[in-house]
Amino acid sequence: MTEELDLRGEVCPYTFVKTKLRLEELDSGQDLIILLDDSAATANVSKSLRNDGHEILDLKTMSGGVWQILVKKA
Amino acid sequence: MSGSFTDEQIRRYSRQIILPEVGGRGQKRLLSSRVLVVGAGGLGSSAIAYLAAAGVGTLGIVDNDLVEVSNLQRQIIHGGNIGLAKTRSAKNFVRSLNSDVDVITYQERFSANNARELVQEYDFVVDGSDNFPTHYLINDASVLEKKPCSHGSILRYEGYVTTIKPGGPCYRCIFKTPPPPGLIPSCQEAGVFGILPGIIGTIQASEALKFILGIGEPLAGRLLCFNALDMTFYEAAYEKRKDCAICGERPEITRIEQNNYLENNAEECRL
Repeated sequence: MTEELDLRGEVCPYTFVKTKLRLEELDSGQDLIILLDDSAATANVSKSLRNDGHEILDLKTMSGGVWQILVKKA
Repeated sequence: MSGSFTDEQIRRYSRQIILPEVGGRGQKRLLSSRVLVVGAGGLGSSAIAYLAAAGVGTLGIVDNDLVEVSNLQRQIIHGGNIGLAKTRSAKNFVRSLNSDVDVITYQERFSANNARELVQEYDFVVDGSDNFPTHYLINDASVLEKKPCSHGSILRYEGYVTTIKPGGPCYRCIFKTPPPPGLIPSCQEAGVFGILPGIIGTIQASEALKFILGIGEPLAGRLLCFNALDMTFYEAAYEKRKDCAICGERPEITRIEQNNYLENNAEECRL
C-alpha cells in the first residue's frame, strides 16, 4: 500500500518541507503519493524532489483542481 | 503527520529543514542536544540567541553578573533588564524567542569547583568568558571531559575564535600559559567595538550547530582572527604541542585544581 501525503490547503515552502519530512521516514525505493491543490506548489515540489535526487514516477491532474505526484524515494 | 514535529515547529525550522545537510533528522538532533554557554555577556548574547533560534533543546547558561547599562552597547539580549541577573535575563530572552528551548541557569561563577560537573552534562561548550583564568579552566575541563569547545575572545577591534575537539590541539597548544598579569590591558581601559562579540559569538554558535549536526569542517587547529577596522579575517594554523600540559604526551594537568586558575589579575574584564 503506497503511502499518501495530503497537502491540499498547504502553501510553499511548507508543501516541500512536509514532503521532505515524510520521505525521511520512508525507506529508499519506497513510493509516496502527494496530493496538492496549487499548480505553482506542484511545480515547486516536483522540482525540489528532482533536485534532491528522487524520481517522479507520475504527475497528473485529478478532478477538482487537485494534482497528484507519485515519487520514488532515492 | 510529519514525524514528531508540530505544525509550528515545521514552520519555525522550515528554512533549515530544507537544507539537505539538516533535514528533519538534523532538526531532531538539535532539539535533543545540550549546549553549555559560559558567560552571558557579549559573546554569550549572540551565541545564545542563535543557538536558541536554531532549536538547540537545552541551553545551560553560567554567569554570576547582573545586567548593567554599560553592557547594552554589545550584550544585545539584555535590553530592559538592568539590575536583573544575566542568567535570568538570558532565559527570558530565550523564552520569548523559542519556547522549544529549555534553559538551565547557573547563577554562579564557572570555577574549579563546578567546571567538570557542568561540562559533563553537555554535548558542546561555548566559551564566552572574559578573562584568562576562565579561558584556561574551560579548556582544561573540556579536554578532561572529552567535550568539544569553542573558544572566543575579543578586545578593541579584534576577535579570536577557534574550536577545540576532544584529543586536541587545545587552547594551551596555542597559548601555553596565561600572559603575565598586566600585559594585556584591562578591557575597561582598552574598550571594545560593540559588533565584535556579535561576529565572534555567532561563529561560536555555528561551530556548536555544525558539531551537533555532524556537518562541515570544524574550526579546529585553526585560530581565526578578525579585525573590524581592516575588515579582514585571517587564519593561523596550530598543531598539538607534544609537551602540552593537558593534551600532550605526558600531561601534567590530570585534574582541575583551583590554584591553577587564580585571578591574579585584579581587573575584571566585562566583555
